[in-house]
Amino acid sequence: MIETHGVSKRFGYRLALESVDLRIKAGELVALLGPNGAGKSTLLRILSLLTRPTVGEVVIAGFHLPMQASAARAEIGFLGHQPLLYGELSASQNLAFYAGLYRVKRPEARIKELLKLFDLQFRSNEPVRTFSRGMQQRLALARAVLHGPNVLLLDEPHSSLDRETVAILDELLQAQADKGTAILMATHNLLHAQRLAQRVELLVAGCLAASWKRSQFASKQFLALYDRTLRRAQTGAHRD
Amino acid sequence: MIRVLPYLGVVVRIVRKDLAVEWRSRQLVASMLVFALLVILIFNFALELDARARSELSSGVLWATFAFAGTLGLNRSMSIEKNGQAIDGLLLAPVDRSAIYFGKMLGNMFFMLIVALLTLPAYGILYNVNLFNGGLLLVILLGAWGYSSIGTLLAAMAMQARSRELLLPVLLFPLLIPVLVSAVRASGYFLEGLEMVYIWPSLNLLLAYGVIIPTLGYMFFDFVVEE
Repeated sequence: MIETHGVSKRFGYRLALESVDLRIKAGELVALLGPNGAGKSTLLRILSLLTRPTVGEVVIAGFHLPMQASAARAEIGFLGHQPLLYGELSASQNLAFYAGLYRVKRPEARIKELLKLFDLQFRSNEPVRTFSRGMQQRLALARAVLHGPNVLLLDEPHSSLDRETVAILDELLQAQADKGTAILMATHNLLHAQRLAQRVELLVAGCLAASWKRSQFASKQFLALYDRTLRRAQTGAHRD
Repeated sequence: MIRVLPYLGVVVRIVRKDLAVEWRSRQLVASMLVFALLVILIFNFALELDARARSELSSGVLWATFAFAGTLGLNRSMSIEKNGQAIDGLLLAPVDRSAIYFGKMLGNMFFMLIVALLTLPAYGILYNVNLFNGGLLLVILLGAWGYSSIGTLLAAMAMQARSRELLLPVLLFPLLIPVLVSAVRASGYFLEGLEMVYIWPSLNLLLAYGVIIPTLGYMFFDFVVEE
């Protein structure tokens, strides 16, 4: 579903990503861990076609980028640091606008369903700028899954959410994975990764430094293993 | 190959979204209108000239007003997309990116025409201009088309810059010169009641500009908004 081969990204003199090879199958939920500035958001922006890689090949849902970009975009649901919403429009208006762009079938029913799922139905006609950060995050999640994407790219999806919404989100992600959606979730929270992911990838200084299967990171010793690997990778990156 | 109806559907959706945002906020048109009226009023007092000189300068005053008010509108229009990084939401959608350009451009043109419509009565009274002139309205239409086509392209280009409010006019005004000069000339000639043979060159330039720039926008908007 998601494939990258030798993806690198350079911003001026700074190498944000270096030769990233990643493969995520349909129905697989992968957590992308790493310290601040490791390149997690850059990788997600490349996979969502918001940024072009300097070199490397990206294939999303069988579509090669950038040649088949438009077809690939229809398959992607993206949640970034920003909500990507219009503050002056209401929650319903925002979702209706995006439903139109993605040509969602029976948009009214889908919008109603998502507003109910994320507990926003009672404020659906109020401008989004009056929403709290957590409510905006919930609406942004609704926007990301509105068109039933086959690939979900999530940058810190749990941030600003209360416990109830975290539970709803976890359930939703599990259901999406069960339906065959490939999910890549960048997070700083090891607990979220341990609870949800089938695989964990560690990104340090733009390079994929380690990859762990569920059987490895579900154990109690994982935190120590994670810290050790992170320190070693950071030391190596500084030396380079 | 572009499928025309879905493409136009996206353009219409983006225009409607911009109208809905403006309807709720009422910031863009209000700020452009207040600014335009102030400029017209200031020029009126600054140019304490005889009646003939005044009528010769009036079309220049009109287009200077539209040009300055227009940059306010363009900045505001793009800040709607910048806030909450909504532009990324548009760029993520599986639509031809040139449709985003045409949607934003038509929205900007619409706001400019609204401001022109509301400003013209004050302009007519202060500068003693007969507004029941089809030619003048045609020039305003073509001028607004040309202005918003280049303005939208450059505003999208300047959007990622930190000092975009400053950068936009610096980029925009040199490239606007053909539109402004033609529009000022054509408006002036229409108001003086000259024959069409004198007016056609300016109208042709406006028409050519109105074809070339949107074509460039269609071809390059994807690269302009690319990070």
